[in-house]
Amino acid sequence: MEKNKNKYSLIIPTYNERLNIALIVYLVFKHLRDVEFEIIVVDDGSPDGTQDVVKQLQQVYGEDRILLRARPRKLGLGTAYSHGLKHASGEFVIIMDADLSHHPKYLPSFIKKQMETGASIVTGTRYVKGGGVHGWTLMRKLTSRGANVLAQTLLWPGVSDLTGSFRLYRRSVLEDVISSCVSKGYVFQMEMIVRASRKGYHIEEVPITFVDRVYGISKLGGSEIVEYLKGLVYLLLTT
Amino acid sequence: MKHILKIIALLVAVSAIWVGLLETSLIPHSHTWLLPIYFVVALGCYGLLMVGIGLMRFPTCPQEAILLQKDISEAREFLIQRGVDVGPD
Repeated sequence: MEKNKNKYSLIIPTYNERLNIALIVYLVFKHLRDVEFEIIVVDDGSPDGTQDVVKQLQQVYGEDRILLRARPRKLGLGTAYSHGLKHASGEFVIIMDADLSHHPKYLPSFIKKQMETGASIVTGTRYVKGGGVHGWTLMRKLTSRGANVLAQTLLWPGVSDLTGSFRLYRRSVLEDVISSCVSKGYVFQMEMIVRASRKGYHIEEVPITFVDRVYGISKLGGSEIVEYLKGLVYLLLTT
Repeated sequence: MKHILKIIALLVAVSAIWVGLLETSLIPHSHTWLLPIYFVVALGCYGLLMVGIGLMRFPTCPQEAILLQKDISEAREFLIQRGVDVGPD
């Protein structure tokens, strides 16, 4: 990689991720060498001591590298990104999940792809060669494929993985797109990428693998299919 | 243009062609009347086919889970040395 003068802000929303956040910070520092970056942890008042662990991590890695920007209680994913964004000082912002399903070893490929193509958004995709998932049941794969075919047929979004949430944004682009998004949960991820695509931003993809969470419990509820369909209709009508 | 309008425009165009066929009797009426049903069936088949292909080719990565476990124990060892509380879950 040629000399990279850009600064990257990683925004990681957390809720009860005391173990995962420590592991992910270690792995980020391991895989992002020779790049200027900061990690912004947006914790929604986790009762499990996530913030204490983040403070310990600040002692190890420095308070200028790990920023704890907590909020009093659970306020949702979309606003977590806006909140983190307010404190971000990098030209580029990377958002990722804290549950280790997004491995920091892919960060260099996001950065490399952006530098090669000059893209405004680089999004991780599980559905191409070199990508993949682990730990999914057949039912979950079926739902995921069905949802994807439906969205591809109806929305023509131009990206293969709409609900993935491992993405790199040019900071100004994230600010622009996030202000026009109203969805909650993971429909929010879909709304972000569809709106960005409609606004004509240059979007590139890199393969990522997705290993289902090892520690902690998954926060997706049972009504996710209904929420997804509602989101799809909403995007059909408004974008 | 809102995306739904694009899709409606497409459907209107297809319907116009269908009405045209009905009017001009280019092919027998009995066939033309069945075309919308063929269209819906074809759309359904396309969907099922795409889901089927997607399912068969669903990329999986069992080796990644093993690599992740290695990364986790490596990270734990480092963090415990530095006094970060990563005690048992």
